[in-house]
Amino acid sequence: MPLRLVPRTRPSRLAQYGAPVLALVFTVAFGFVLFLSIGRDPWAALHAYFVAPISSAFGLSELLLTALPLALIGLGLAIGFRANVWNIGAEGQLLLGAIGGGAVALALWGEGVPGTFVLVCLTGALAGMAWAAIPAFLKTRFNANEILTSLMLIYVADHLLSWLVHGALRNPQGFGFPESRLFSPEALMPILWPGTRLHIGWLLLPVAAVAIWFMSRHTLAGYRLRVSGLSPNAAAYAGFSQPQSVWISFLLTGALAGLVGAMEVAGPVGQLLPEISPGYGFAAIIVAFLGRLSPLGVVLAAHLLALILIGGENVQLLGVPIAVAQLFQGVLLVAVLASDVLVRYRIVRIGQLETDEAAA
Amino acid sequence: MIDGALIVAMLVAAMRTATPLIFAALGELIVEKAGCVNLGVEGMMLVGAVTGFAVGYTTGNFALAFAVGAIAGAVLSMIYGVLVLHLHVNQYAAGLALTIVGGGASAFWGQAWQGLNMRGMGPLEIPGLSALPTLGDLFSRLDAMVYLALLAAAAIAYVLTRTRLGLIIRAVGENHDSAHALGVSVIGVRYGAIAFGGAMAGIGGAYLSCVMTPLWIEGMTAGRGWIAVALVVFATWRPARLVLGAWLFGLVTIMQLHGQGFGLAVPSQILAMLPYLVTILVLVLISRDATRIRLNAPGSLGKPFQPTA
Repeated sequence: MPLRLVPRTRPSRLAQYGAPVLALVFTVAFGFVLFLSIGRDPWAALHAYFVAPISSAFGLSELLLTALPLALIGLGLAIGFRANVWNIGAEGQLLLGAIGGGAVALALWGEGVPGTFVLVCLTGALAGMAWAAIPAFLKTRFNANEILTSLMLIYVADHLLSWLVHGALRNPQGFGFPESRLFSPEALMPILWPGTRLHIGWLLLPVAAVAIWFMSRHTLAGYRLRVSGLSPNAAAYAGFSQPQSVWISFLLTGALAGLVGAMEVAGPVGQLLPEISPGYGFAAIIVAFLGRLSPLGVVLAAHLLALILIGGENVQLLGVPIAVAQLFQGVLLVAVLASDVLVRYRIVRIGQLETDEAAA
Repeated sequence: MIDGALIVAMLVAAMRTATPLIFAALGELIVEKAGCVNLGVEGMMLVGAVTGFAVGYTTGNFALAFAVGAIAGAVLSMIYGVLVLHLHVNQYAAGLALTIVGGGASAFWGQAWQGLNMRGMGPLEIPGLSALPTLGDLFSRLDAMVYLALLAAAAIAYVLTRTRLGLIIRAVGENHDSAHALGVSVIGVRYGAIAFGGAMAGIGGAYLSCVMTPLWIEGMTAGRGWIAVALVVFATWRPARLVLGAWLFGLVTIMQLHGQGFGLAVPSQILAMLPYLVTILVLVLISRDATRIRLNAPGSLGKPFQPTA
């Protein structure tokens, strides 16, 4: 039965909601086969992966804690992807936020300045923004591909962090281990949910989501970004500058990623370490696509990705390699991209198509 | 302090470091000549590295290891092929997906081989070459794959510019609508190019794990796949420049090993940043001349192909 894809004149509403669900179902089915293939009871493994981690209040708090960085970065990335600006280096911007925020926390270590954590967060956001400004500048001034430059800067940031925790920011009483001092209490994010690690940074999530929704729907800047993504020619004709989209997208995402980095080191981590992110910057790319680049969708998708990250740690107890989490992320992204075809196209049989055209 | 022996050692190391980049970037060059940007090189290299290592470690047969690495890379690239050619997914997004899948799959199924060592590949003795003064020392220490990478570059340059196949590939990449109108199967040619790109990335990865290090560690490509993509732009889609570019990166990369030897008081982490910083620098230098990029880049690069009839 020969099939053809026919572009829809307007995206299917049903498919818009159905496609991500379909992608998720496919990923879980893949997980079932995967667990079966390595000789685990698939039902038990899926339960350990997707259900057990959120069956307790503490588990739920961990889910919220892990979803926070994914959602904040994903919100920024979605704005950029809509404008056809490809910031792949959020992981690097996160690391710079951690370095910047961490440096402030260590500089004020033991000084007892109340509210140090606010300064830590602000510095982190600025540092992330500054790091994101590099690819934006190279793109707008020299036409250098932002995917490659922002990605290369991840490795540079990684080595920078490693250098600092081995040297300038190393704990002087740490017996030479590559880690900083534990931050003073006033530099740590205050806890929001007593008895868990969920901190007040979580309150920023609804604020950021609503602000970004408002910006993209109800301001001229947001309109420009959307138009330049949908139709670069129309945007140019209307006099909207492409460099401006690049700058807005990068600075916004950089600030959010930097904030995330600072909140990670001042939150659950509590110090600077050579490794501080389990790939939040990359997972946020999947979050943005899975959420169909809309603020609400991104927030929901972030919680799903958070579950994939946490579940991966949980099934380690069953002797499943933690790399399963990255594998699931990749399969989910492939499924999300593939199922998107249903939103943009109708699938018709060739004979059917001719009948349609004759009728029209 | 800097003597001949050290220079030879550095050149050997630089050429070996460049070899996986040359393979992977040559593959991506063909993909881009056919009009597609596959950002999944990193993922395909990792899959090639782990499968190549598993086979090489088990059998000790290098030819088999490279063949399996190539097949694994090509198989993985088909995900990209289907997403881009049939489902009209954005090429950048599809390539990123491939990188994440490849990284996850290689780490997941490579667990059993993690950290294992294998006996590397010996140098290839070419009669006459190793008898040369000074240079002979260099030639006597290079393995067969270093030469094969150069042969591949020459062959690809020849095929692209002197054969009918090369003309078809370039036609598809320059203007897919015209090629389609002339009766060329755009989708078919692109599938072939994408599979070739995957196979070459797989070989590059297998060289990394079987010859260069020679061991398997998850994520061991450390951005080389991305540097390979950058090399294609740097080379303005020309194989000879691509080789020169890869050697330059090889030299920069091994600077971190020899930097201290030259008495440079620079921390190792800062030296380790060099290949990435140099990549950014050369991208900027090449890209600032927008006309040159536009004249050299394939006309349909990155654009979706939707035949009208």
